[in-house]
Amino acid sequence: MIGLAHYLVLAAILFCVGLLGAIAKKNAIAVFMGVELMLNSVNLNLVAFNRFLHPEFLGGQAFAIFVIVVAAAEVSVGLAIILALYRRKANTSVDDIDLLKW
Amino acid sequence: MNALHLLPGIILAPFAAALIMLFVPSTARNLIRGLALAAASCSLALAGLAMFLYDNSTKGLQFVEHIGWLKSYGISLDLGVDGLSLPLVLLTAIIFFAGVFVSWKLENRTKEFFVYTLLLVGGVFGVFMSTDLLVLFMFIEIAVIPKYVLILVWGSTRKDYAAMKYTLYLLSGSALAFVGLFAIYAYAQNPQLGLGYGTFALSDLGRINFDPQFQKWAFLVLLVGFGVLVPIFPLHRWTPDGHSAAPTTISMLLAGVIMKLGGYAIIRVGLGFFPEGAAYWAPVVAILATINVLYIAFVALVQKDMKFVVANSSISHMGFVLLGIASMNAVSVSGAAAQMFAHGIMAALFFALVGQVYDKAHTRMIADFGGLAKYMPRTSAAFLVVGLASLGLPGLFNFVPEFSVFVGGMQRFPVLTAVSIFSVVVTAIYVLWVYQRVFFGPANPRWEGLVDMKGVEVVPVVLLGGILLVLGIMPGGFMNIVSGGIAPIVQRLASVSTGGIF
Amino acid sequence: MITLAILLTIAPIAAYVLIVAFAQRWKALSAGIAIVATGGSLVISLYLLIAMIGNPTPVHDAMQWLRIPHIGGFRGLEIVAGVLVDPLSALMATIVSLVAFLVMVYSVGYMKGDEGFSRYFAYLSLFTFSMLGLVVSDNYFMTFVFWELVGLSSYLLIGFWRLKDAPAEASKKAFVTNRWGDFGFMVGIILLFLTFGTFDYTALAAMIPLYQHLGFLALIAVLVFTGPMGKSAQFPFHVWLPDAMEGPTPVSALIHAATMVAAGVYLVARAFVLFHAVPNVMELIAWIGGFTAIFAALIALVQKDIKRILAYSTLSQLGYMFLALGSGSMSAGMFHLTTHAFFKALLFLGAGSVIHALEQQDIFKMCGLAKKMPITTWTFVIGSLSLGGLFPLAGFWSKDEILLTALKNGQVALYWIGVITAFLTAFYMFRLIFTAFFGKEAEVHGEHAHHAHESPASMTAPLIVLAVLSVIGGLVGSPWWTQWFGGSFGTFIYFGEPEPAHIDLAVAIPATIVALLGIGLAWVIYGAKLIKHEWLAERLRPLHTLLEHKFYVDEFYAFVFKWVMLLLGRILDWIDHRVIDGAFDGLGSATRAGGGKLRLIQSGKLQSYALVIFGAVALVVILLSTNLIGGFVK
Repeated sequence: MIGLAHYLVLAAILFCVGLLGAIAKKNAIAVFMGVELMLNSVNLNLVAFNRFLHPEFLGGQAFAIFVIVVAAAEVSVGLAIILALYRRKANTSVDDIDLLKW
Repeated sequence: MNALHLLPGIILAPFAAALIMLFVPSTARNLIRGLALAAASCSLALAGLAMFLYDNSTKGLQFVEHIGWLKSYGISLDLGVDGLSLPLVLLTAIIFFAGVFVSWKLENRTKEFFVYTLLLVGGVFGVFMSTDLLVLFMFIEIAVIPKYVLILVWGSTRKDYAAMKYTLYLLSGSALAFVGLFAIYAYAQNPQLGLGYGTFALSDLGRINFDPQFQKWAFLVLLVGFGVLVPIFPLHRWTPDGHSAAPTTISMLLAGVIMKLGGYAIIRVGLGFFPEGAAYWAPVVAILATINVLYIAFVALVQKDMKFVVANSSISHMGFVLLGIASMNAVSVSGAAAQMFAHGIMAALFFALVGQVYDKAHTRMIADFGGLAKYMPRTSAAFLVVGLASLGLPGLFNFVPEFSVFVGGMQRFPVLTAVSIFSVVVTAIYVLWVYQRVFFGPANPRWEGLVDMKGVEVVPVVLLGGILLVLGIMPGGFMNIVSGGIAPIVQRLASVSTGGIF
Repeated sequence: MITLAILLTIAPIAAYVLIVAFAQRWKALSAGIAIVATGGSLVISLYLLIAMIGNPTPVHDAMQWLRIPHIGGFRGLEIVAGVLVDPLSALMATIVSLVAFLVMVYSVGYMKGDEGFSRYFAYLSLFTFSMLGLVVSDNYFMTFVFWELVGLSSYLLIGFWRLKDAPAEASKKAFVTNRWGDFGFMVGIILLFLTFGTFDYTALAAMIPLYQHLGFLALIAVLVFTGPMGKSAQFPFHVWLPDAMEGPTPVSALIHAATMVAAGVYLVARAFVLFHAVPNVMELIAWIGGFTAIFAALIALVQKDIKRILAYSTLSQLGYMFLALGSGSMSAGMFHLTTHAFFKALLFLGAGSVIHALEQQDIFKMCGLAKKMPITTWTFVIGSLSLGGLFPLAGFWSKDEILLTALKNGQVALYWIGVITAFLTAFYMFRLIFTAFFGKEAEVHGEHAHHAHESPASMTAPLIVLAVLSVIGGLVGSPWWTQWFGGSFGTFIYFGEPEPAHIDLAVAIPATIVALLGIGLAWVIYGAKLIKHEWLAERLRPLHTLLEHKFYVDEFYAFVFKWVMLLLGRILDWIDHRVIDGAFDGLGSATRAGGGKLRLIQSGKLQSYALVIFGAVALVVILLSTNLIGGFVK
């Protein structure tokens, strides 16, 4: 029987993978993918908790949809930024993007 | 009587004029001046009427207006004046009126100047009229902030430094006072100790008997927070730089009313709510007041710039207010409250005259002058009058509050008061010395052809000087109103058993 | 009677207001207004004086001026403005308005052509108002108020020629020196009020003798006495009076000889009950008076400026009055005040007449005025003889009274000081007269002396009136007066018991001889020139230098001002700028510097920010969950 714990462990693994990607990868696209992974792990948590703890409510599901929508919006903005940066600098290494530095 | 709605009229006049002014093209300078003058006249007339109509037989809060605002949080925009605040409202209106005349010939960004000035004045009116602690505090901030811009844009002499210094000092004080305010609010909310509901209404808060331990630190916080405005030693250093850098009208308002906000708040909130805390810290306040009075008088002695002399003398004179507060009896607190009015008028006149000389001569350095009485006899005469008021000559109003503070202070802090009284000697020296070096002696031919004040320039001088003279000769009625206003506060102080910190 | 007393005070201030507001452009009108108003005051005060002689019961009325009710255990403040007419105030008001009137008449001639003519008469009216107000005040507070106003008018009049350096400096010096005294005075009356709950003279007169804590009362009395010390220029506050001679000469006559400087004496007389209650303070007053008397007389010996000689003489005579008061006789002090007002005003106006003619104040540059200015000369001689205390002139009677008092009350040392001062007085006055009025022309190289001329009638008439008063004014205190009219000065104005006039030959004869000796010595040195005064000065060089520098008191004060007060000011200013500003500016700089360092951790690398964020989140989660997983090891 696959219980809540399995989902949570999977989500945690996904989150850690995403986090590692987000903070360790040099390529902005890869960082982006890491962020998406983290978001999806959260989605997984939301849906799993909803299903196992309060199946009568749909709050978790609804929030997952929200996250997907926001993530889509975010992807479009983020990719646009990355494209703009690529046009200027001809690469997408995050180490070169230190415009916020004092 | 209440049907007249005097107080909203007084406070709305400057705000409304500022709003209308925004829609006036900035080139229509005379229209802008006219608007400012209209607002000032309106405020002055209404404030004068309020003073006249104030019923001194019943005392207490009068002309009360309930406007309401954030009722659920216990915040409401209620207005009302008593014998303590009404003279200060009138003072503000007078200085505002005089200030418009002093700035009449300002050509640089006239519109912006008057808009900011009107905001500032409206804020000050709000402080003195509101019967809600949070609203009072909010109005202090409204009064303080425009001054930054006014000093920075229209100022002189190290204005960047002075503007920033002024703002940082005053905002630091406000931050501290704000903490005290919320402590009071929280205390009121506590069902065991306080009222059981949160409120900022002064009348409700006045009913609470705060725990002595709470009073001790709450009074200290408010004293330091509002003390910056007074200013209290050693937080006084914004004053000389700020006053000297500000344009004339703003110096007048700064010394005339902004400094009074602190004294007013300390009396109203500090003494009013925390009698035991006040009693505990009184010796400290008295010592700092004495330092204010005498130390700064000595500093004023060696200044080279006229405006610095006057600015320092303001700090010195405000020390009497602190001494009156520290002495905590009817005579001394009446003296302190009246001294705020008297000093406000006097300081405004002093700055107006220094500004008058500066506008004509483009210097304020004492050493550059000499024998100016020959070319500017009217200015010279007025300067002597205000100088004499400043050194506490009987016959001019400043003497009366000072004497009251001395009589009151002598009952509680005889030695410190005697030391403070010594300042009448030092003040005489620096005032007359400056006067001698600027107006007396052989006429410096460099100032040949300097035009004496005339026309609109004379209006503020006659107005302010006349008030000093009339009240100096007949202070009875005025002092009655003031002593009636502080009576409830002193009543509570009289029952205090706590001794001083020492 | 109260209405009259108020009217008496109001008249001059009304004149002041009228002149300032309307009449400033018309010089004659200004002078006219001032003179008429003062004349009115003179008439009223004479009426009051006569009424008081008829019935010396004090009349007193007051109205509330300021009231702050007391709350709790502290005193409230209650101040009344009131009028007290009694023999003392009626006499003083008469002296003041009489001298003021004469001086104003005199000034019409003296100030002719001065551009500040109207302003001058306005100031004189202001002074007369303040002085009369001081005289009729019924309480310490109102006295203090007018006391300060008198100081103000004195400031304005000394600095009348304000575009010159010396008058400007002198006026400031006068005001500030007086302030030192007023500081003590103010503290004193506040303590008095706090102790007794009233400022009123009449009420206090009943309460003070019953007060037990003599030590505290002595403190109050000494503090109150500093006021008179300042105003009457007693040592160590005497420095302002000689400098005050920079003002127009009629002003010196009115303010700095006859009336204002006598205000201190008047106040001590008015508050006599306070001082009388503390014998030690009486002793102090007597000694300060005695010391000032001889101290100033010594300085007067070597002065060259005619007005300064008279100024030091005034100091000396005021010292005499305090000596009398301190020795316990209010009557003698006030009597000398009265006669002194006549002859000293006369002398100053005479000096003014000379200065008007010569535009010269150095007596060694004057000569032979006796022929060219007979009226001035002979009135001046009368004044000097009266001042010297020669029988039967006014000064004789009052000086005799003072010496008698000192001796009677066992102040033998003070008696001898008085006698020596009398000798010095006669000497320096006749040094002046023999040099300036009777000197030989050939010895002077100045050209002024040649076109000297007698002054106009408006100036000589007051001289003659005052000369007459200086001759006969003293008779009111003589035993003859008692024989003729059955009363005398001492039975009209007294404290405690009336003091009937009598003459003690053991005192009167030595005093007269001493005065004659002084005149004789002056004749030997300056009249006949049997001894060259230059030679004498050379022989007594150290003493002469010391006296010429007025015992270096001015130098000492200048030093104190520069090296104590100004230095203190500079030090405190430095503390303001360096220490306090330094601390706050330092706080600002520290904030800036801290920010400068802290901004370095903003590397701009997003991934390191994210790492920190997640690290922090993880840390918080672990900390929060310690309870769930069993907590830290206990």
